[in-house]
Amino acid sequence: MAGPQEHTVKAFDQDISQLRALISQMGGLAEQAIYDAMKALQRGDLALAKTVRKKDKQIDAIEAELEKLIVRVIALRAPMADDLREVIAALKIAAVIERIGDYAKNIAKRVPMIHAEGEERIEAVSILPAMGQLAADMVRAALDAFSARDAVAAAEVHASDTALDDFYDSIFRTLVTFMVENPRTISQVAHLLFVAKNLERIGDHATNVAEMVYFAATGQYLAEAEAGESSGS
Amino acid sequence: MTVASPAPHKMSARGVSVSYGDKQAVKDVSIDVDMDKVTAFIGPSGCGKSTFLRTFNRMNDTIASARVTGEITLDGEDIYSPDMDVVQLRARVGMVFQKPNPFPKSIFENVAYGPRIHGLASSKTDLEGIVERSLKRAGLWDEVKDRLSDSGTALSGGQQQRLCIARAIAVDPEVILMDEPASALDPIATAKIEELIHELRGRYAIVIVTHNMQQAARVSQRTAFFHLGQLVEYGETDNIFTAPREERTKDYITGRYG
Repeated sequence: MAGPQEHTVKAFDQDISQLRALISQMGGLAEQAIYDAMKALQRGDLALAKTVRKKDKQIDAIEAELEKLIVRVIALRAPMADDLREVIAALKIAAVIERIGDYAKNIAKRVPMIHAEGEERIEAVSILPAMGQLAADMVRAALDAFSARDAVAAAEVHASDTALDDFYDSIFRTLVTFMVENPRTISQVAHLLFVAKNLERIGDHATNVAEMVYFAATGQYLAEAEAGESSGS
Repeated sequence: MTVASPAPHKMSARGVSVSYGDKQAVKDVSIDVDMDKVTAFIGPSGCGKSTFLRTFNRMNDTIASARVTGEITLDGEDIYSPDMDVVQLRARVGMVFQKPNPFPKSIFENVAYGPRIHGLASSKTDLEGIVERSLKRAGLWDEVKDRLSDSGTALSGGQQQRLCIARAIAVDPEVILMDEPASALDPIATAKIEELIHELRGRYAIVIVTHNMQQAARVSQRTAFFHLGQLVEYGETDNIFTAPREERTKDYITGRYG
């Protein structure tokens, strides 16, 4: 009975594999949506921005499929222990990824406003892609941690959220300064502020995914585990 | 000493092993069982859970080749001590079996038999009171009150099992052992037994052996997982089924065993 075990009921293993595959597929699409939205923003690529908005429907469709699968697994397999935790985590993660997709879509929606015809190019646009990169990296790391059931990696993602928050604070100050100096650009830069806010929210959601992965992997809540560690040492 | 001692356990096993001839069925098991709690023993067939359960009221005494070592106490008293009156012990620690086994007598007699031989009733009215109360607690009274003189064996399987529970509680036990009490019953009769266990919990310490893990999760507050004669893990039922500590427990309850 040692070693990695398959379920006696093989169909249960198939359900779990399918569930993991759908989560990775959905996560991959959300990650791509962040990259593409930021690329569209940086280059003023309105066609790419439109594609991001269209593709969000795929993410929604996978979420619906996952939800059906999970309801079926709970009803038919009555999962226990780590299986139960994984299924519940997957259900919650699916909802979070859907939200992340919405934020990416929202960034894409702002591209035409920021790159409105006849408007001059906003210098401040150039500082956002690095933040976008960090947010997308967090999403990928959280989902990799889910695939690998890696509690340590999940805790790292959780810790990296501070860096993204710092990024946001710094960009916020930069953009406000920019608006003060160039009042004509206020409406465009206000959109950039929302872009930064969306990226910050994406980071928060990636952190939530990491918390769920930690719970699925260990059966402990990350916040409680960290509190226990600090009071113990 | 003026310091109050912690609430004592109703029953405690310490280093209990059971062998049938050369074969050791239970290996060095220690466990505590408390009032107001349902304790479930789970594990694959042949893991020793039923054998261990039977040590709690010395049912293994009836098997010539069975040898029990270690200590089991009821209210701190060694139940394997030579002074222990086994008949009295089995009144205090009652048992319900997998297959309903009513006596081939009337419903009334099935329940009245124990209190009568133990001298618990001072009069006929008193005895009738005990029978009625026991059948009510077992959730069977309304179904049989008009036919108490019918044979117990004429009842349905689920009713027979509740009759056996009524028989067990008629002698006012402190602990009730149940060995797969619902595995021969249909889902509705099973649900009735589970509901009954829930209601009885406040009065007795209940220990139930079950193959049905969902049942263990539903009815118990504590769960013990046995494997190959050993107690692998014992803890709060909530924890055992959501985040077990031991790999072997996890593999079993998630259906990865074997």
